Amino acid sequence: MKLHEYQAKALFREYGIPTPKGVLVDALDKLEQAARSLGGDEWIVKAQVHASERSQVGGVRWAHGMDELRKAGEALLGQRLHTGYGGPGGQRVDRLLLEAPVQLEQEIYFVMQVDRSLERVVCRVSQSGGSTGAERAGGEIEIVQVEADAVLGFMPFHYRQLSLELDLSRQARRRLAELMQNAYRLFRDKDLVMLRINPLALTGAGELVALDAKLTVDDNALDRQPDLRALHDAEQVDAIERAAEEHGLHYVRLDGDIGCMVNGAGLAMATMDLLKLHGGEPANFLDVGGHVYGPEQVAKALRLILSDGQVKAVLVNIFGGIVRCDLIAQGMIEAAGGQGLRVPVVVRMQGTEAYAGLQALAASDLGFITTHKLEDAARLAVEAARAGVAA
Amino acid sequence: MSILVGRKTRVICQGLTGRQGRYHAERMLRYGTQLVAGVTPGKGGSEVLGLPIYDLVQDAVDETDADASIIFVPPASAVDAIMEAAKAGIGLVVCITEGIPVQDMLRLKAALSFYNTRLIGPNSPGIITPGECKMGIMPGQIHQPGIIGIVSRSGTLTYEAVQQTSKVGLGQSTVVGIGGDPVHGLGFIDCLEMFEADRKTKGIILVGEIGGSEEEEAAAYIQRHVRKPVVAYVAGISAPRNRRMGHAGAIVSRAQGSARSKYAALEEAGVMVVFNPALMGAKMLEYFRG
Repeated sequence: MKLHEYQAKALFREYGIPTPKGVLVDALDKLEQAARSLGGDEWIVKAQVHASERSQVGGVRWAHGMDELRKAGEALLGQRLHTGYGGPGGQRVDRLLLEAPVQLEQEIYFVMQVDRSLERVVCRVSQSGGSTGAERAGGEIEIVQVEADAVLGFMPFHYRQLSLELDLSRQARRRLAELMQNAYRLFRDKDLVMLRINPLALTGAGELVALDAKLTVDDNALDRQPDLRALHDAEQVDAIERAAEEHGLHYVRLDGDIGCMVNGAGLAMATMDLLKLHGGEPANFLDVGGHVYGPEQVAKALRLILSDGQVKAVLVNIFGGIVRCDLIAQGMIEAAGGQGLRVPVVVRMQGTEAYAGLQALAASDLGFITTHKLEDAARLAVEAARAGVAA
Repeated sequence: MSILVGRKTRVICQGLTGRQGRYHAERMLRYGTQLVAGVTPGKGGSEVLGLPIYDLVQDAVDETDADASIIFVPPASAVDAIMEAAKAGIGLVVCITEGIPVQDMLRLKAALSFYNTRLIGPNSPGIITPGECKMGIMPGQIHQPGIIGIVSRSGTLTYEAVQQTSKVGLGQSTVVGIGGDPVHGLGFIDCLEMFEADRKTKGIILVGEIGGSEEEEAAAYIQRHVRKPVVAYVAGISAPRNRRMGHAGAIVSRAQGSARSKYAALEEAGVMVVFNPALMGAKMLEYFRG
């Protein structure tokens, strides 16, 4: 789960990580007052959306004076930013974070994250922070990494190593040590999988200030982090994805026109791959779960897929194991609900009770296209979608 | 011969009295697995499916000589269950549980390094040596004793590989689901090493997916150490970046973890890659037919 910048910065302050002075604004008429409370005549207006590169799409604006401030506010608040996240419709900007500028000497890139192959929390820094820095340049810019010990965490020698790499003054070295201790404490306390500060400002006085803040919380830990769960902004998520989440389904919306319903994440990805191989484009990823569930879950999943207007055909791929194909078929017939299907639905079943499932679907006269073979199913779905487009 | 589990493996089930545990324990027994006891704190002394239930893993081991455990407990108690098994000297722990926080896994992995316990999972469908021992939730009937070792990060996609190899008559020596979480127990390399050393295994199918770099590391290992033929499929070539695809570990972030990079590494290592998930078995058969 992602947090907004303003939420992350509140946690930073709680954990002693310096941030710029800022005010959160949720209405245009509150903008001027917020600016006055910050003072000065120059401000940074930052759209609060869950995206890692919002500055590339105009989500961060500098304003000199009240006129520019108003214009920046109007251009962002209530508008949708096409960040590549939150589905094809983009993400709505419901809040702005207004901040006072920080005089800085250098922009540092700072990230703490779980490294799955080292099986440790690592801290990576680079002298080249900011939107043109380490993050975008990929491998070209030197990034230095230290790894936390599972028992001891980050140690003073780690701070010393990074300070030398960053060529920091004595004052800044102390600040880096504090930052790493505080960030790691936050990381562990709140079950984060990623904490990124880019840029981290180094001021002339040797202070370090987090100009940006990106935190991702481990979805698997939300049960024991109720305060963080409460911070979840569902508005940032695509509407169909949100509905899926409520039903406990993992759904990812994509650009294509063939809806997919599959049991198991790996098989769901493989089904999308196979559609592509046959010249089709998947409209979504949807895992109905590899474990035990009833026909209601299946009915919900199928209705959800059909609720996407882009969908011209559906491919259902079920490998019955613990899950019985005949029960899945029952759920699908329920979803069609007597009124028939809006688009062709191709069903491939294999494994436990697959024969019974396919037979029930064929006998329902609701227009399901059935097969045992994976390859045939993909081909049939692509053909059906093409026919749908042509019609 | 096979790897990790066989006819002689004596299995206990932690969480046998729960709904899921009981459901799958029944199926494991029916398959012929030597399931000898269950462990549920507070239910010691009772009996489920004709098996004795113990409060502690140590008691179950003392009484039954169990050497393997399969775990069906909620995510909040899974780390405790795994450590209890390790402390009691269980050599192989299979954790089915999905949803363990990743930082718990980091601490667990560090702690496990002090024990001689192998962990499969979490978020795994389990392990099966067809006709001998099933420790997991996979449908037993699609398996066939045979010569192909299968190692996979997925569940139902593994069944696909199993069914295809059964259908072409090759069958399986052992099938291991290493789990879909980013931090987990046994990895591709551990299983490749065991399959390479196992006399019954004549060929290996590796089923990978997007996220992390385990397939790349496996490719480097295969190039240096594996002489047996390897077929690989990597799920998620059509997956968008920065979106988690169901499994906690299935995400392409920045330049890392894409199916393309994994395919490139595997191909360079001489692995027979297939882009079509329906052709894993056929590709293997093609190799054996020469």
